[in-house]
Amino acid sequence: MAQWVAACTVDDIEAEDLIRFDHAGRVFAIYRSPEGDFYATDGICTHEHAFLADGLVMGDIIECPKHNGRFNYKTGAAKGAPVCVNLATYPVRLEGSAVLVDVG
Amino acid sequence: MSAGTGMVIIGAGECGARAALALREKGHDGTIDLIGDEPHLPYERPPLSKAVLADDAASATFITSAGDLAAAGITYRPGVVASAIERAQKTIRLCDGTGVAYDKLLLATGARPRQLMQDGAVVAGVRYLRNMADCLALRERVRPGTRLLVLGAGFLGLEVAATASARGASVSVIESQPRVLLRGVPEAIARVIENRHVQQGVDIRCGVKITRIETAPGAATVELEDGTRLTGDVIVASIGAVPNVELAQAAGLAVDNGILVDASLTTQDGDILAAGDCCAFPVASQNGRVMRLESWRNALDQSAVAAANMLGQSMAYDAVPWFWSDQYELTLQVAGLADPALAVVRRDLGEGAFLLFHLDAAGRLVAASGIGAGGAVARDIRLAQMLIARSACPDPAALARPDAQLKKMVA
Ligand SMILES: Cc1cc2nc3c(=O)[nH]c(=O)nc-3n(C[C@H](O)[C@H](O)[C@H](O)COP(=O)(O)OP(=O)(O)OC[C@H]3O[C@@H](n4cnc5c(N)ncnc54)[C@H](O)[C@@H]3O)c2cc1C
Ligand code: FES
Repeated sequence: MAQWVAACTVDDIEAEDLIRFDHAGRVFAIYRSPEGDFYATDGICTHEHAFLADGLVMGDIIECPKHNGRFNYKTGAAKGAPVCVNLATYPVRLEGSAVLVDVG
Repeated sequence: MSAGTGMVIIGAGECGARAALALREKGHDGTIDLIGDEPHLPYERPPLSKAVLADDAASATFITSAGDLAAAGITYRPGVVASAIERAQKTIRLCDGTGVAYDKLLLATGARPRQLMQDGAVVAGVRYLRNMADCLALRERVRPGTRLLVLGAGFLGLEVAATASARGASVSVIESQPRVLLRGVPEAIARVIENRHVQQGVDIRCGVKITRIETAPGAATVELEDGTRLTGDVIVASIGAVPNVELAQAAGLAVDNGILVDASLTTQDGDILAAGDCCAFPVASQNGRVMRLESWRNALDQSAVAAANMLGQSMAYDAVPWFWSDQYELTLQVAGLADPALAVVRRDLGEGAFLLFHLDAAGRLVAASGIGAGGAVARDIRLAQMLIARSACPDPAALARPDAQLKKMVA
């Protein structure tokens, strides 16, 4: 079931960057692509325990801060060793300047 | 390379296992034989001094599964030592006498711990940490209250000290150099790490000379020059590693602190490549200086280049070295190779995290090191690695200012 929560406002994230969003004990990462679109994934790497918000966004890629494993944050696909398990993604929509994430 | 050719890889560590997978991903349709002398599936070594040593319930991080190896058509032979390379026949000989023919051969044999010597002989009863068996045996013995003696305050020794003390052991680290992490880490960062160990109650003794080591089952004594005697229940030596070059050497390949390869990771024999901890290669960002690195990222990145070149490409390996170490909540990361003689610019990131940038006389960024909790320094180190790769000369004043985004300098 859909469960939309307000994560941040559009101005909280620069283009080609991300922030961490904690909700109900879970950690998410919210992205703003170079084109200005918003995306959301799990906020913790699937390799070891690392917060992706400390990582680097390059185009469609989020690179993990711990060992530089890569994911496509739009699809969650694992894109570079050592990560091999995909990242969960979550629907995002805008309501005015609010960025809403469906964490359901 | 034409269809149906045989690729053989000796050593199923980070580099060998990744290369086997990469060969198939890059479209190789002949055979792939991956030969490894350890009994397990290929696994990652870095957690052996961190998460796996920390927690009795932790298991290794495997690089791949039996199913994925089978699906990729990789013949994995665990627990098998390759004992010779017969270059004239293009065949390797296994310990049981079997021959395996190759069209291209990759040596990914890694390195092994340097053994502690005394009176011309290896000291018995000393533990080392290189593989899973070492890790599980050490974990078994390091309990709350165990007195652990660690010889060597390099990365490995300090990680073992951090993890063991977090397990409740009482740890002494003994180092002959004047400070911890003398090689490759700037003093200001080494100081942060040393202080953190001291705060944890680890007894760190640098600049001391060992005069005698005595071991008995379950006991060890280290005598220092000033007469101090340190006693422990377990003694671990982490005094460096030596590359596994013997196979290459016996086959007549050139060896000098590592199997010598060119920028394409190829030995003097065009059909034999070497990569990872076992090889010495020209480091592009060091003006081609031939060096051997012991670094996980290097093993991983070289595996991809070696696989491409086994398939007939001629890629040059030019990655800027990148290394990390985790101790307690702190993570240290280094891009490039820090040279203490170079000019240093410091950037403070808050909460004690900071970076040091090393610039050469021409103002070119050659290395960056950072220390902080968790991922605090990761993004800047990664961007610094890109700047180094571009031979960039960033403005030192901007490097010093945390609000000046390195990402804008890369673009
Ligand atoms: C405890 C520990 C912690 C580490 N932590 C970090 C870290 O935090 N950061 C970092 O950057 N790096 C770290 N490293 C270094 C990193 O793990 C190595 O650089 C990396 O594993 C090198 O990969 P490799 O494949 O070249 O060699 P290895 O991983 O050593 O693999 C070589 C394999 O080949 C096998 N082999 C050798 N000879 C033969 C033969 N004749 N026949 C068959 N098999 C053979 C060996 O047994 C071994 O399994 C750590 C290393 C250790 C040991
Ligand atoms: S924790 Fe993300 S790549 Fe290792």
